[in-house]
Amino acid sequence: MSHRLPGGGRLIDRGRSCNFTFDGHVLQGYVGDTLASALLGAGRVMVGRSFKYHRPRGIIASGAEEPNALVNLGEGPRHEPDQRATTTELFEGLAARSQNVWPSLSFDIGAVNGLFARFLTAGFYYKMFIHPRAFWKHLYEPVIRQSAGLGRAPREADPDRYELLYAFADVAVIGGGIAGLQAARQAAEAGLRVLLFEQTPHWGGRAPVDGAQIDGQPAGEWVNSTVEWLEKQENVTMRTRCMGAGVYDHGYLLAQERLSDHQPGAEGPRHRLWRIRARRILTATGAIERPLSFAGNDVPGVMLASAMRDYLVNWAVAPGRRVVIVTNNDDAYRTAIALHEAGIEVPAIVDARAEVRGALPDRARALGLTIREGMAIDKVQGRAQVRGVTLCRHAGAGGAVAARIECDAVAMSGGWSPVVHLWSHCGGKLTWDAAQAHFRPDPARGPTDHDGAVFVQAAGAANGALAADAVLRDADTAARRVLADLDADAGQLPAAPQADSAPEAPLLPVWMMPEEAGYAHRSKMWLDFQNDVKVSDVQLAAREGYRSVEHTKRYTTLGMATDQGKLSNINGLGVLSQELGENIPDVGTTTFRPPYTPLTFGAITGEAKGALFQPLRRTPIDAWHEARGASWEPVGQWRRPYAYPRAGESRASAVTREVNNTRQHLGLLDASTLGKLLVSGPDAPRFLDMLYTGMMSSLKPGRCRYGLMCNENGFLMDDGVVARLDAQSFLCHTTSGGAEHIHGWMEDWLQCEWWDWKVHVINQTEQFAQIAVVGPNARKVLEKLGGMDLSAEALPFMGWAEGRLGGVDVRVYRISFSGELSYEIAVPAGQGLALWEAIFEAGQAFDVLPYGTEALHVMRAEKGFIMIGDETDGTVIPQDLGLDWAISKKKADFLGKRGMMRSHLQSPERWKLVGLETLDGSVLPHAALAVRPGQNTNGQRLTEGRVTSSYHSPTLGRGIALGLVHRGPERIGEVLNFAGDKGQEEIRARIVSPVFFDPEGERQNV
Amino acid sequence: MLLLTCPHCHVTAEETEFAPGGQAHLKRPQPEAGDDAFESYMFTRPNPMGVHLERWRHAYGCGKWLIAARCTVTLEVFGTYPAQTAAPPAEIVKKIKKKRPEWEAPA
Amino acid sequence: MSDTATDLSTHRSLLRIERVASQGMIALRGGLGSAALGKGLRKATGLAVPGLREIAHDETGAFGVAWMSPDELMILTPPGVVHETIAQLHEGLAGNHATLADMSDARAVFALEGAPVRDVLAKLCPVDFAPEAFPAGAFRRTRAAQVAVAVWFTAPEAARLICFRSVAGYVEELLCTASAPGGEVGLYHR
Repeated sequence: MSHRLPGGGRLIDRGRSCNFTFDGHVLQGYVGDTLASALLGAGRVMVGRSFKYHRPRGIIASGAEEPNALVNLGEGPRHEPDQRATTTELFEGLAARSQNVWPSLSFDIGAVNGLFARFLTAGFYYKMFIHPRAFWKHLYEPVIRQSAGLGRAPREADPDRYELLYAFADVAVIGGGIAGLQAARQAAEAGLRVLLFEQTPHWGGRAPVDGAQIDGQPAGEWVNSTVEWLEKQENVTMRTRCMGAGVYDHGYLLAQERLSDHQPGAEGPRHRLWRIRARRILTATGAIERPLSFAGNDVPGVMLASAMRDYLVNWAVAPGRRVVIVTNNDDAYRTAIALHEAGIEVPAIVDARAEVRGALPDRARALGLTIREGMAIDKVQGRAQVRGVTLCRHAGAGGAVAARIECDAVAMSGGWSPVVHLWSHCGGKLTWDAAQAHFRPDPARGPTDHDGAVFVQAAGAANGALAADAVLRDADTAARRVLADLDADAGQLPAAPQADSAPEAPLLPVWMMPEEAGYAHRSKMWLDFQNDVKVSDVQLAAREGYRSVEHTKRYTTLGMATDQGKLSNINGLGVLSQELGENIPDVGTTTFRPPYTPLTFGAITGEAKGALFQPLRRTPIDAWHEARGASWEPVGQWRRPYAYPRAGESRASAVTREVNNTRQHLGLLDASTLGKLLVSGPDAPRFLDMLYTGMMSSLKPGRCRYGLMCNENGFLMDDGVVARLDAQSFLCHTTSGGAEHIHGWMEDWLQCEWWDWKVHVINQTEQFAQIAVVGPNARKVLEKLGGMDLSAEALPFMGWAEGRLGGVDVRVYRISFSGELSYEIAVPAGQGLALWEAIFEAGQAFDVLPYGTEALHVMRAEKGFIMIGDETDGTVIPQDLGLDWAISKKKADFLGKRGMMRSHLQSPERWKLVGLETLDGSVLPHAALAVRPGQNTNGQRLTEGRVTSSYHSPTLGRGIALGLVHRGPERIGEVLNFAGDKGQEEIRARIVSPVFFDPEGERQNV
Repeated sequence: MLLLTCPHCHVTAEETEFAPGGQAHLKRPQPEAGDDAFESYMFTRPNPMGVHLERWRHAYGCGKWLIAARCTVTLEVFGTYPAQTAAPPAEIVKKIKKKRPEWEAPA
Repeated sequence: MSDTATDLSTHRSLLRIERVASQGMIALRGGLGSAALGKGLRKATGLAVPGLREIAHDETGAFGVAWMSPDELMILTPPGVVHETIAQLHEGLAGNHATLADMSDARAVFALEGAPVRDVLAKLCPVDFAPEAFPAGAFRRTRAAQVAVAVWFTAPEAARLICFRSVAGYVEELLCTASAPGGEVGLYHR
């Protein structure tokens, strides 16, 4: 059984213990523990169950590669599923629960799946659940959904804060082991701006655990002095708990810093996502040890040999009392020796190599350890915990058991795979290193940046240099290469430090143990521990014709779990290659995609949540609306009052009240959101003639004209009133949502097509508040304010004038979107609220009420005025809307002219704008379709029109609608059938003129 | 995420400061142009695997339009130049041809 | 400035954040290289056309001119003299293709002060705020989170940020969030 040793542990503080709970049991660890080391220290070997078969699962690794030890961490709103115990730092009060277990970890119903393992082979889901089709929706999917997933999703809003940080560097070094430290040091010495990130809380990586000596001192001391030096450098920024997550185009790098995971609730952000632009990225991300595939390699107590060494040296935790080592390389002997020296019994070192020579094995022999050469593990015995192993010859199919050894833990080592993820994310290619049986970065085919230069450089173990001396040499070379790349001064750089590493004998590639194991063994050899993919599954996929590694991955789900196959990919590839009879480099690897380990959504989101989710644009009069209890409507990013319901009043009745009051007395509308573009210059008249379908150059100063803008397809894009300010200047009003787009559209044509035209555009949308004063009393209230002559003679319909109103400089446009007498008053935004209040105050005598966007909509629909986005949808030309009058026939050219000449758009068969009145006076559903007999080839009803706007008209006391109908204007008086909301019933409506109210325009022209 | 240099304000900024605008150097036909010319202007885009001359606006910066010569495969940017240019500048063409001798500037 | 400004920061914020109450701002579009423009600008503000992406101030700090684009300047004036400055510029630019517009009400101005000012801005804008890369006198248009802004430094530990008026509330919330206690970064300020 795993346990804490009485002494040692370089990362724990024995003076400070920590209480934590696991599945509700109170346990104890130390400050400096990970949750994994604390669990092992407390004798907890089994920590979860696997995804498919619910097999007991123990901790297998000590870092980010851990596939098994995933827990539900935290409680309430800070609950988070799928947290790796190996990277979770212990803190007082930590609460963890095991996952994928029901009702409990030790007794789990789902484990029954294991009994049917024979039937749950690769592709089981694909094969089983295809037929019958109807079963999918009602039977398979609900059941699968219930049993799928590992951790429990949190149900409450995340209380924590997150942030982004944009950082820039000459060199970003990922990984704070000895390679990263050495590379960062050299870059710093050369005067470059350096970022250095380490994902764990500690600098130094494996070297201090492995006991290397650097420049004559223990690795740990070299690490400390190097870190101390780096911390003093102004040009170096370094962070622990910061994971290099992904490398992207043009030197873009993402890193996630975990600021308070180890002290939940601490002030400040929980995670910080670094968004980095680095000229060069150095990946010193180390290597990950591979498991060996033998029967029962998933039984709790079987661990990576290096992880066992980590637990022993870093946290003084022994994985068991009797540990068998199984290996194909020399490195695992370090574990054997460390365990032996810590007083743990090591009954055998099982080495697949026929002959084992070398410094480390010799040292093990000298310590009296038994090496079983050419041997393999036949089977691991035990279910929830290792009880022993049986051995057989590695060569051959096994079967004949050579020995049984009692033990409670097994340390396995199948060799090392460089962490090439970051190198590969942006297209870096790999080369197969046959001697070390791993893929490593191919320096000739690195990822390239905007200049076509390779911008990622791997260093140390991440580059395939595994022993400490090789690591430091390689890191130094990598750093010098980057310095040369960046033309940095490398003249005065200190020489690379020297490490002494015991020479290691070559490993023997082992993809299966024993070499020719039979099915019974192969179906108990786990490749992907989290997703329950075994050697037999990959072999089955190959036999069923899967040759591509990417297809095999998806068919078997190998490497598709939350660990993304950090332990399983190369082993799976080895098995697949063997089964296909091809070489590993020919089969190739799956694609490495970011992030390296999962990022939190919070970190990706940064500040953008709650009030900052997206910008909210407020008009200068917003506070008044808010105080009046406005019910809001989003218009683009603006918020505008939809209506101002009174206490106890519904929105619909508020709208009716606002329409009636405006038509009968006086209404005020905040129209500040309208786009206001100043277009000025000698060529402004001809420019606007090109932009609008109508003629703008003939507009007289002091006058306004309604205009349409089309895109080059001829489709209607925006509309609004243009006021000519003087000979060279126009103020173009756009729709509320359209100001930025139309501004950009104008700049596009001015900069990219007619760049010799002398025109300037200035977006003055936000310079002015705009107040629409509307209704029969509109003139009276403005006259009461005083300062300007706004009589029909002085300011006729479609005119504008500048002056002062109530002591404020204003520009008044005599335009109307309601059909009523109407003035739109533009005033500098800072005075918008004051003027609004002054008009409202003066309007008390004239029954003034504010009105919102819905009343605006209703009144414009009563008048048959179109609304961009309602009557248009990007496929409608002005002629469809009866706006032929707004298209100049005199102009040789304007944007959209050629487009709207196309035969389909000129066809008399098009759907065109009409008014619609239901026979029973009801309101047609929005977007309702007019149906006619017959079906199309998809079995859908044939249609002949659709509703584009539909309202209850308070003025007419009935439902009114605008719609596009096949040859509509020719069919006035006909009755159409509209499909109702609920499917069955049809609503009958008559085609009428789109102008429902005051067709002569007598009300606005007074 | 791309890194582009604006030839107007000479800022090198990440893609989020820019807005894309599609293929550059299109010739706008006159209203009397035939269907083929109009179709080509509106809809026919080569979508090359290789060097592409594309419009970008420095939307969050100086607001000016520029053209980038960018390889759609390797994302290498051979240069950027102001949109007020009828054809790619000679030095950019030369830079492209040095690496991609087969490349021809669009007519 | 602070007598007319609204202090938005709490006492433990990393920065002192103020919304500047009124700032005269004039948009001037035209050929920045033209002699008439240079002369007219000097006459109206006492300042020369600034260099690429630069901002210049007069000695009193009352007037300033910022480079917005190759054909646009933003002229900063005391709030009371916007109209007369525009009139003076009009006079100086008569006969030239140039456009002037009062934009004082279109934008909101924030004054940020405190040692970590560059760190806080680095949380919001994709810009290198290292003092060597972004010295005093530099002027940068960019985005802060999701909206357009312009930023410059008025002192080693003081910056100005302007945005459109309608999103002033959003930007205020951004700045307060980015400078909330516990958010020290230690990137530019250690």
